[in-house]
Amino acid sequence: MIQLDFAAVLADWPLLLRGAALTLALTAIATLLGLALGIACARARTHGAAPVRVLAAAYVELIRNTPFIVQLFFVFFGLPSLGVRLSSETASIIAMTLNLGAYAAEIVRAGIDATPRGQLEAALSLAMTERQVFLKVVLPPALGRVWPAMVSQIVIVMLGSAVCGQIAAQELSYSANLIMSRNFRSFEANLVAAGLYLAMAVLLRQFLAWIGPRCLFGRAAPARS
Amino acid sequence: MVEFSVWQILGNLLLAARWTVALSLIAFAGGGTVGLALLVARLRGGPGVGTAVSAYVQVFQGTPLLIQLFLAYFGLGLFGINVSPWIAAGGALTLYASAYLAEIWRGCVDAIPRGQWEAADSLALSFGEKLRHVVAPQALRIAVAPTVGFLVQVIKGTALASIIGFVELTKTGTMITNATFRPFAVYACVALMYFALCWPVSAFSKRLERKMRRDR
Repeated sequence: MIQLDFAAVLADWPLLLRGAALTLALTAIATLLGLALGIACARARTHGAAPVRVLAAAYVELIRNTPFIVQLFFVFFGLPSLGVRLSSETASIIAMTLNLGAYAAEIVRAGIDATPRGQLEAALSLAMTERQVFLKVVLPPALGRVWPAMVSQIVIVMLGSAVCGQIAAQELSYSANLIMSRNFRSFEANLVAAGLYLAMAVLLRQFLAWIGPRCLFGRAAPARS
Repeated sequence: MVEFSVWQILGNLLLAARWTVALSLIAFAGGGTVGLALLVARLRGGPGVGTAVSAYVQVFQGTPLLIQLFLAYFGLGLFGINVSPWIAAGGALTLYASAYLAEIWRGCVDAIPRGQWEAADSLALSFGEKLRHVVAPQALRIAVAPTVGFLVQVIKGTALASIIGFVELTKTGTMITNATFRPFAVYACVALMYFALCWPVSAFSKRLERKMRRDR
């Protein structure tokens, strides 16, 4: 008969809590930077000069068609040979940001493409500069339109950050690994970690759905589709 | 320190890419089969079936694939099964793919107007006949593009199998790095290989999507 011993794993709750906190911190920073990068890339692809467009498209395709773990290893193990030395947390944030940025660029672009022509013409007729038009007229409703997809992508990045434990970033999966190397309760440790990730995914999804309309695109935007 | 020329590195990675492809195909085929079973179970209904299937989907979409692989690897070990990475990785990726595919296909079936079901009912078709002659032909047309798109997700997912000791493209890259101390070049090659595998599939999926939108 299989004996499962969860008490041995849960006794290490401070370790699990610290891991979960770092996972959330990495996700928060990567989300802010990744969103900014994604919006910049989306603008580059819709409004930029030809070379900028090509560059942005190449970045998006390259990231979207390679696994996150290879991107992470490239940043963490590959860049030091060019003289850039990174801590595992910094490397994790860079890789997560680059990853989210590429997906966010595609998502935001879909939102921008759906802007009705009349709104652009109305904004230009008010003598707004192109920059003002983008920031005030195009972007907020565009984010509102695609926010559900963006929330899903941010949750995927959070779950993907479990890989960062492989370069010794001390996030949640690293905590689980540490616990199982101490007491050999490998199945239980991972099951507890899975439960925590599931709870975090559900809460993060609700939090983002709540904060998006309040901070990013205002309530007037069509947040609900 | 072993001297490897770039061509030797590329050659070894190319050989390893076979296992990435094989694992992807196994996971995709297995996931498709299980996903289809889940979809049919959900459509057929019955008390609690819908709730159970959506809980299944929630669990697999709400936990990291890496942890799922660990659970498969250590969980099967609990039953005294001598777990080869093939079984653990193939099994975990199959379940992972089945959850996503069941959800994608449900969306496609939901997109079929209710009237079609009702018309089929009024013709006294059985459940199997309804699926085969009315629902499947229409749902398949919508489903092809997102399904092909998900294949890219599966190929990228197989990279995580390297962590439980499955020797595929990423693991081979790590091994060559450990022998040559040239992480920049090796991981760049690994990334390019994945790109060469995934990009054509992505592009094909995008083309299918555009074609479908035109045909409407």
